[in-house]
Amino acid sequence: MSVKTTIAAQFQQVAREQDRMLAPLSDELRLVQSGLDSLSFAIIVARLEDSLGVDPFNATEAVEFPVTFGDFVRLYERFAK
Amino acid sequence: MPSESLWESITAAGAPHGRLYGVRHVIPLAELAHATSLCGRLEELRDRSVMLLAQDQLTAALALIELDGVARRMVLCPPDLAPQHLPALVRDAEADACVVDEGTATAAADVPTPFYVRADLTRSGIPRRSSRATEWVLLTSGTTGVPKLVLHTLESLMSALRAGARAPAETLVWSTFYDIRRYGGLQVFLRGMHAGSLVLSDPIEPVSNFFARAAAAGVTHISGTPSHWRRALMSGAAATIAPRYVRLSGEIADQPILDNLRAAYPAATVAHVFASTEAGVAFEVRDGHAGFPAALVGAPGAVELRVAEETLQIRSPGAALRYLGEGVEPLRTADGFVDTGDRIEAQGGRYYFMGRRGGVINVGGLKVHPEEVEAVINAHPWVRMSLVRARRNAITGAIVTADVVMAAAGVGSGTPPVAEVLTRELTEACRRSLAPHKVPAMIRIVSALEVSASGKLVRPLA
Repeated sequence: MSVKTTIAAQFQQVAREQDRMLAPLSDELRLVQSGLDSLSFAIIVARLEDSLGVDPFNATEAVEFPVTFGDFVRLYERFAK
Repeated sequence: MPSESLWESITAAGAPHGRLYGVRHVIPLAELAHATSLCGRLEELRDRSVMLLAQDQLTAALALIELDGVARRMVLCPPDLAPQHLPALVRDAEADACVVDEGTATAAADVPTPFYVRADLTRSGIPRRSSRATEWVLLTSGTTGVPKLVLHTLESLMSALRAGARAPAETLVWSTFYDIRRYGGLQVFLRGMHAGSLVLSDPIEPVSNFFARAAAAGVTHISGTPSHWRRALMSGAAATIAPRYVRLSGEIADQPILDNLRAAYPAATVAHVFASTEAGVAFEVRDGHAGFPAALVGAPGAVELRVAEETLQIRSPGAALRYLGEGVEPLRTADGFVDTGDRIEAQGGRYYFMGRRGGVINVGGLKVHPEEVEAVINAHPWVRMSLVRARRNAITGAIVTADVVMAAAGVGSGTPPVAEVLTRELTEACRRSLAPHKVPAMIRIVSALEVSASGKLVRPLA
């Protein structure tokens, strides 16, 4: 599974668990409009650390906070290499 | 000497020029000199103990300004207070009145005499008169789930503000993500009222709308938890505002969030503050680095810091006086220090926060007691024991996870469930009885958990 499909699956899974209406995922989708709250993102980041082995938000180098779903995926692609 | 009331303090230098910005209403503070939000019934609340149950922050703010110096006691109830706790709080606060607004959704049977507070002010012919120092009571979460009542006075709440005395020449516009009925928000409320204006937030308002309102009001100073700020940075709306001062408190401010905020607001001072409802505001760190200079510990001054058993203790005129209620624990040690429960560790001339002692988990500024989550999990017939712990998280500081040991065959009824079924059932059980931030994000089935010689689960520190 690619990084992007892993991330997309996790967004859908957590949205279901948290009873959140997830907007259709596209690169341009702004995370703030995704329907997910901070807790949902926290869970996604923790689960992705388990499945992809990286947590870009906890990296030693400062990362820019992603604004769109595309930014989010690129951030993980950069660190998952 | 009768102490100065909030209104007297706000108007000490003349009529206030500032405004109080709610989501729907904007109130020029000067109007409060001859108008009331309490429908002309303020005098009926004189000397009473009042539960402040207004849902809206703006109406709550108006009530606070009017009631200070009039009521004997005000209990500041945040809007998400669980209604089942009300009877105990009313009893312990000896409340004999409450202030509600049109959003308050509380059964009348649970609360004493209601008075309505409204954002559309009515003219008042009665001059504003204070007759006493009102007690301010804040709520903080307790181990049993019932919030603890923390007693402050305006003097203790204002102590950090007075210590940082500044020239009132220029008008500042404060804002905060916090609810003003929590300690961090209340500090910003008091600063805003004295320094100029205050832009209130609303929990259901998107960050972009909140920032648009704050920008329109000309926000200069703004505060929130690291989790609030991470959400703001991810909203893409951070550039909407151009504050001169960005403040973080309520959670550990790590280096990445400080760096990100400095990058987002290059012209601003980014400061993180250590404060708690019980200990008050202890110190502010403006050097852009996580942690705080070790020299603050043991330094002389109005606020004193010491380390006992790796935990930060604070003695301060800004600390609360005591907890209210029967059989409550003392809030301070015999020599006047408040034990913060926050563990700190020295590294290279600085102290760094290592998490809470006693395992209280802080999820985005909301406390979770592991034991209350374990109680829900342990109620499942196929669970023998469980350990709920924090997992570090860059978005909310921490999230909740659980390790579960299954009961041996024969203890539960029927055939043992497979792991996936059990974790799903446990998650569902937690969701039914706990707030979303308390539900474990991950549940692992493990073969054993470490138990100490005294028969207690070994809880990881931090």
